[in-house]
Amino acid sequence: MTAPTDAAALLPEKFPQVTARPSLDWPAFNIPAGDAVAVLRWLRDEGGFDLLADLTAIDGGAAQTPRFTVVWHLFSTTGHTYLRLAADCPDDAEPAMPTASGLWPGANWHEREVYDMFGIQFPGHPDLRRILMWDGYPYFPLRKEFPLAGLDTELPGADVAEETGAKVKPAPYMGGPFVAPRSGTLEESEPRARDQSWTERQEKPDKA
Amino acid sequence: MATDYTFPENAAKAAAAAQELQPERMSLNMGPSHPSTHGVLRLQLELDGEVVTRADPVVGYLHRGDEKIAENMTYNQFVPYTDRLDYLAPLANNVAYAIAVERLAKLEVPPRCQAIRVIIAELARISSHLMGLGAFGIDVGAWTVFLYTFTEREKLYKLFEELTGARFTTSYTRIGGLARDVPEGWTGRVNAFCDQFLPILEETLALLTRNKIFLDRTAGIGVIAKEDAIAYGLTGPNLRGCGVPLDLRKDRPYGGYEQYEFDVPVGATGDCYDRYLCRGEEMRQSVRIVKQAIARFPGGDWFAPDARRIFAPPKDKILTSMEELIQNFMLVSEGPQMPPGEVYFEAENPKGALGFFVVSRGGGVPWRLKIRSPSFCNLSILPKVCVGAMVADIVSILGSFDFVMGECDR
Repeated sequence: MTAPTDAAALLPEKFPQVTARPSLDWPAFNIPAGDAVAVLRWLRDEGGFDLLADLTAIDGGAAQTPRFTVVWHLFSTTGHTYLRLAADCPDDAEPAMPTASGLWPGANWHEREVYDMFGIQFPGHPDLRRILMWDGYPYFPLRKEFPLAGLDTELPGADVAEETGAKVKPAPYMGGPFVAPRSGTLEESEPRARDQSWTERQEKPDKA
Repeated sequence: MATDYTFPENAAKAAAAAQELQPERMSLNMGPSHPSTHGVLRLQLELDGEVVTRADPVVGYLHRGDEKIAENMTYNQFVPYTDRLDYLAPLANNVAYAIAVERLAKLEVPPRCQAIRVIIAELARISSHLMGLGAFGIDVGAWTVFLYTFTEREKLYKLFEELTGARFTTSYTRIGGLARDVPEGWTGRVNAFCDQFLPILEETLALLTRNKIFLDRTAGIGVIAKEDAIAYGLTGPNLRGCGVPLDLRKDRPYGGYEQYEFDVPVGATGDCYDRYLCRGEEMRQSVRIVKQAIARFPGGDWFAPDARRIFAPPKDKILTSMEELIQNFMLVSEGPQMPPGEVYFEAENPKGALGFFVVSRGGGVPWRLKIRSPSFCNLSILPKVCVGAMVADIVSILGSFDFVMGECDR
């Protein structure tokens, strides 16, 4: 087994398809989605990175291709150092990434969360259900096109919804977000509500 | 060498296949509002008599979309949201978040700021562990402990209130510094608290440590093997209770922790009792750190001098000087301008390693902010630990895990 600090240096030799990724702190690498599990397995078994600290995804926005990036943060409990790996999902419409839950059972919940928030599939995952939102929720909230206020949805309990007629309603952020874009004319960059046509007291006008 | 893991779900499926030969299983729903599930954790249990054959935790009842909110506000605006992650140790969350963003901005805070942050993070650890111990005691029927620990926690909250203006939602750190300096005489009062706290802590722990009922309820219950703890990503006292001496304050020192002497307690068997012992010892060590930090409390600035583009100027300057007024206006409207890049920082919080993964594309708003919450990772091992335990053991196991759903669900 190699020491974790050496493993980061050895990785590009061992897997020539691995490329360095810009990073402000820990060694970071881009890996092709197809090789993700092989690289992770080598790092776990040979590199000493035995703890999966974090697994998450980044949505680059609809304009970017490839749009979704899955990011793993590995930690070594013996060498006490981190390593960041990132892999782009090949398909923007139906993003998918091989599961790491066979290597670390702890990846199970992380991948469920990524699926829940971004809609990224993990083929091979033993139980890919939503984890934070309820089963049957129709949206993926951390995608960039999902509005901060939320969207109209059916209540999770069908019987309650039928009896009360209630729905899950968007929560207006009192007109927020209150962050001005840095560029543009003064009128555009003034701190202001992006959509002032509706508040908690006033219904959102129909888009029709 | 490490092996590939099979899932407890698979074991449960195999058990389900053999069900024809078994008596009927009962399903039991525990939570989301159950006194021993500490908030809104829900467990779907499948029981064979009184033995748990399958446990499926349902989380997310406290999901508020903190990560989505973070993408829509400036870095300093998010500080109050970090209070509400692990709401039993808000100061520690504030510190962890501030250090993460400072690594992005490449800011070094002066020694006085570091010392204050160490003191408040350790006081937060004591207050969180006090709450955890008290609630654990109640879970297994030892009511008295809670009265002791709550009294001590109240004294800490008085100190927090004096320091930050709030008992619970402290929002004390800023990117590159703190909201304000410590009040006159505050460190002396913290020192006095530490002095009177140690004998009371011994008295409190003595109620449990050799208590026959407590030992019967916790020793040998909920045993986690070292390898499993690492494979599931457990951190904090729950990992150390299994015998893994991993403490980021020691192994990856941040914020000046390398200057202080303290020991890292580890457990031997990884059961509920070991996790309790670890927390008890950690409080003694935290007192040690706080006393060292106060003994050599540095003077000087409590914010980074080169945080000009991030930190609001002094109020009197804003009202009298044009340049500071403009700077304040830009900070409020656009947020502090950060360089593009990716940073991942984990702090050793009372519950475990709290991580922030900040992805910046420049500008005043993070492109993505992922919160790696220790409670979420710690709870993911429940389907494995609970199988084979009695229903009453589940209460012990949950109590010994000391999780917070505000952090788990985010």
